[in-house]
Amino acid sequence: MYKNFLRYIISVLFFLGVSGQANADFKVGFVYVGPTGDHGWTYQHDEGRKAVEAAGIKTTYVESVPEGADAERVIRQLAQSGHDLIFTTSFGYMDPTNKVAKDFPNVKFEHATGYKREHSNVSTYSARFYEGRTLLGHMAGKMTKTNVIGYIASFPIPEVIRGINAMTLAAQKVNPDIKTKIVWVFTWYDPGKESEAAQALIDQGADVIMQHTDSTAPVQVAEKAGVWSFGQASDMQRFAPKSILTSIIDDWAPYYVERSIAARDGTWKQQDTWHGLKEGMVAMAPYNSAMGSDLVKEVEQLQKDLASGKTHSFTGPIYDQKGNILVAEGSVADDGMLAGMNVYVKGVEGDIPQ
Amino acid sequence: MIKIEKRNDVSPSIYFLTPILAIFLTLFGGGIIFYVLGFNPLEALKFFFITPISDLYGFSELLVKATPLCLIAIGLSFCFKSNNWNIGAEGQLIFGGIVGGGVALLFYGHDGFYVLPIIILSGAIGGMIFAMIPAVLKTYLNTNEILVSLMLVYVAKLLLDYLVVGPWSNPEGFNFPETRQFSESARMPILFDGLRIHAGIFITLITVFLSWLILYKTYLGFQIKVSGLSLKTAKYAGYKGKAMIIIVFMISGACAGLAGVGEITGPIGQLHRNISPDYGFTAIIVAFLGRLNPLGIIFASLIVALTYLGAETAQIFLQVPKYTGQVFQGMILFFLLGSDYLLFFKIKFLGLKKNEL
Repeated sequence: MYKNFLRYIISVLFFLGVSGQANADFKVGFVYVGPTGDHGWTYQHDEGRKAVEAAGIKTTYVESVPEGADAERVIRQLAQSGHDLIFTTSFGYMDPTNKVAKDFPNVKFEHATGYKREHSNVSTYSARFYEGRTLLGHMAGKMTKTNVIGYIASFPIPEVIRGINAMTLAAQKVNPDIKTKIVWVFTWYDPGKESEAAQALIDQGADVIMQHTDSTAPVQVAEKAGVWSFGQASDMQRFAPKSILTSIIDDWAPYYVERSIAARDGTWKQQDTWHGLKEGMVAMAPYNSAMGSDLVKEVEQLQKDLASGKTHSFTGPIYDQKGNILVAEGSVADDGMLAGMNVYVKGVEGDIPQ
Repeated sequence: MIKIEKRNDVSPSIYFLTPILAIFLTLFGGGIIFYVLGFNPLEALKFFFITPISDLYGFSELLVKATPLCLIAIGLSFCFKSNNWNIGAEGQLIFGGIVGGGVALLFYGHDGFYVLPIIILSGAIGGMIFAMIPAVLKTYLNTNEILVSLMLVYVAKLLLDYLVVGPWSNPEGFNFPETRQFSESARMPILFDGLRIHAGIFITLITVFLSWLILYKTYLGFQIKVSGLSLKTAKYAGYKGKAMIIIVFMISGACAGLAGVGEITGPIGQLHRNISPDYGFTAIIVAFLGRLNPLGIIFASLIVALTYLGAETAQIFLQVPKYTGQVFQGMILFFLLGSDYLLFFKIKFLGLKKNEL
């Protein structure tokens, strides 16, 4: 009896000792595509990392890692140097992440915005940014006088097309006459190109500008031209205090903290996460009072309804540009359709570049 | 008064030792920078220059990184030795990658030993043709090759952008700006299981050997050297200047094209917008650090490759900003050019003389 008890105590102590040590060594690595000071995409991921650090978990980051041949080495080095969970925060890291994951089965990997989970230790995650776009569309439809909304788009991937469609549908609901004009800049971050695109759209009569790119240039151009604008990825209010109506904020912090703790405690499992307003991965910056308190109230209500699921960004009837029905009346688009979206809805001008 | 005088005889041994001096000065300067940033300089330098190559994987990565740098720099040495300033190796690399990648996509799903050689050859030809543009314009229209070759870099980059976004993008890739992964038959053979070092290193070594042969053992090499030292002498000797300009650009472009094709068939395996982290520009530093000498360029490419790897490890272990790698590359060039100046000129401190006042 006494012997057994001693054995029990020793094994518990041993177990605590081992696991305690493992917890102390637990480290999370982050790979960023841009510099942490871009005030957009990478900046927000780094805010998420800081939250993990604040939760008492050691973190490391490597910034400005090119999406070419170097990415695989950086990810591998993080895995090799004792990092237990690694977040790779750009689409271009998809294949390198899966390649390294194969060689390090005990390390967990989380790849942002990708679709390949070739090994059981790779998860993917992204945010339902389109829910935020629905809110922007509602505001844009109400605020525009010229009925032209300017949209600066990066690459014709489903995520971007989804945003354009969600915005257009919401704007049409409150203002059937609106047109969405798009300029494709084929970059995620290029202040020069982005401001040229913003100017071109304003010259074509757009009096509301929004962008699916990461720099603060478009809102600054809008501020100068005296048209409305929206911030992207982080709260850009201080770059265009008069012009910005709100910003879509990517809030990765809760997810990063949750997944880091799960990995530390051994409860991490492979999954494909797609969180939105409900979980807080997509958040809205404070609304500009210049749009009037009635509209602010409307948008706040819409935000609540989107979060609770009462309203869906893609509720039928939805038609494509030629008038064919995409989503029937009374039903909503499922995630599979959203994930592969590659047509514009009615009301968007131009063709998707192929 | 200070007077600067040209030195008449520079000893060759010192000429080849100054790059090593420049590297030591860079280490010293780097140590000071780390100290000012609040890091232990010795520890930081260890993470920067020793940790990255302390295991087999790291050493293989060093060679993976040095392979394209060495190849491009060797090509550039032909141009630079003959006073032709080809600044656009980056564009030639990308264009070589485009042509090679296009052929690889054409052979998608084909098996056969002949696939890879065809891709490699077409990449080299692509780079060669792209480099001929500034050469032909220079010889026949007297344009400035620095400007033309530099501007063509952007042409190549935009062309690559267009192709991977549009016509060549992966049909199953949700419109993401990248092509399919090439078939196995279009990939450089990996030399060791688990390491990324690939057969491209043999192409580089063969090119280095051939370059040495051409530069030091042939009449063409002699012509290149003489034109570099004095264009007038070359003309007086009756060398065909125009043909030579085009030939050195072709060699240089072919090397850059080979580097591009080596990257896309080696570690990358597809075409996308970031096939080169500015190898074509960094190779200019490598060429000069290596004194435009084949053997020197091999060592220089290893050193410069190490600054890339070091910047990554130093950031992972110490969270040193990653841009210190570029600072190190800049310092190497600065110290090299600085010591070169002192090598070729001497500074005389003269007292003030009455008749000068």
